[in-house]
Amino acid sequence: MSAHKQIDRRWIFLLIFICVALPLIFVIGLPIETTENSRLVYDLVQNTPPGSKVILSFDYDPGSKPELHPMATAVMKNCLERNVKVIITALWPMGVQMAEEIHEELKTEYPQMEYGVDYVNLGFKAGGMVTVQAMGKSFRTIFPTDLNGTSINELPIMNGVKNFDNIAFVCSFSAGDPGIKQWVQITHDTFGKPVTGGVTGVSAPAVLPYVNEQQQLTGLLAGLKGAAEYEFMVKKPGTATSGMDAQSIAHLLIIIFIAIGNINYWRNKKKEAKGGE
Amino acid sequence: MLHFFEVLGVWLAALFTFAIYSFLYKDNPFYKVAEQIFVGLSAGYWFIYTVYSILIPNLFLPLSEDFTGNWIKMIPAVLGIMMLLRLIPSIDWVSRYPVAFVIGTTSGVFFLRYLKSDVINQMTATMINPFTGGDWVVVIGQLLLVVGTITGVIYFYFSKKHEGAFGVTAKIGIYFLMVSFGAAFGYTAMARISLLIGRLQFLLGDWLGIIGH
Repeated sequence: MSAHKQIDRRWIFLLIFICVALPLIFVIGLPIETTENSRLVYDLVQNTPPGSKVILSFDYDPGSKPELHPMATAVMKNCLERNVKVIITALWPMGVQMAEEIHEELKTEYPQMEYGVDYVNLGFKAGGMVTVQAMGKSFRTIFPTDLNGTSINELPIMNGVKNFDNIAFVCSFSAGDPGIKQWVQITHDTFGKPVTGGVTGVSAPAVLPYVNEQQQLTGLLAGLKGAAEYEFMVKKPGTATSGMDAQSIAHLLIIIFIAIGNINYWRNKKKEAKGGE
Repeated sequence: MLHFFEVLGVWLAALFTFAIYSFLYKDNPFYKVAEQIFVGLSAGYWFIYTVYSILIPNLFLPLSEDFTGNWIKMIPAVLGIMMLLRLIPSIDWVSRYPVAFVIGTTSGVFFLRYLKSDVINQMTATMINPFTGGDWVVVIGQLLLVVGTITGVIYFYFSKKHEGAFGVTAKIGIYFLMVSFGAAFGYTAMARISLLIGRLQFLLGDWLGIIGH
């Protein structure tokens, strides 16, 4: 192959497609190693006393579902299994539907869990940061009713919940703005409550600095890998775990193509230095 | 009947997925049709969602049920109508007032939050003694954090020519920035592959039934 000859990118797309599809059909079961950031999220849930109330905020839509839905499912299951009461909110309109999908799945898996007692879906509220700030002062002002229009005064899970003081932690599954950043800025940095969550791979580098000495964020699940790590820790393999084989093989292929591209580049450079074509 | 619509939905989703991915081969009518339908559906969905989930519960219902107790909501309503006057060229200047109000309010609210969270807390988190830590891995990590932050900031200081010791420090900052951009690219690649995995899980699972959930 001539040094200047380029591979038609459609071959690369086809190879990626095959490399992703095959491991999904023929599962390899590559090991999943957990990172410190994911363990911090797990530990926060594990160390929350049973009976405590937490907020899970669904700040994503179907565009980010492959990455965020598995982690939201795993965290919610973990909370319910530990008898941690879950209050669902959404800063994104479609987040409500995402939570409802998990709700439908859990109905069959945990028939003993009762809506309004063990978990509740308060729905979406527009406003982003301003909404979160107002929730810190009074929950009832922002969410007078749940998703079905039931007054939150009639929901046992909301008894005694006035503001963030009555919440153990907030966990946001965030695909962008508004999302985890607003929860960090208000819930942790203003009201001093622990905030954790998961983000898409694209937004992970921007959110990771909040996992710091100040514990602005208590751990972070980053992308599909983070979701797979959480599934591994709670011993409930799901779509993220099955997707990790495909993810690893695709990454290997990308690395190979990057290596080929660089070798080609250096060969070109060498040829040009020698006065070649 | 419900089952029929479920199956129809899965088939439509599969066909639209192929139509969108066909762009990777080359631009074609199938892609264009799928793209237009997606844009149209999104716009329609958002319009209805905005009316039923934002305007009706937050504005129309409170005003119609208890106007005296909620008259203050007339202010954002009027500002919203003023914003729409942008559509009438002769009085489009009116829309500048709500725009100015939004920008001013947003700046005011965001300024303090970002100053505390993104400046003060982030700086405090960097001001550490790098030599305190459990083991040498932690110490190296903390050293890299401190050195990377300082050299990175120095690179973005353009009021002094990058030469001598200052230039060397700035150059070290470039290497840290390159590593961080590489990490960001890695995460982006992972995210894109994850989306493909999600689509393939749908095609192979929900559509073809080859793989389980």
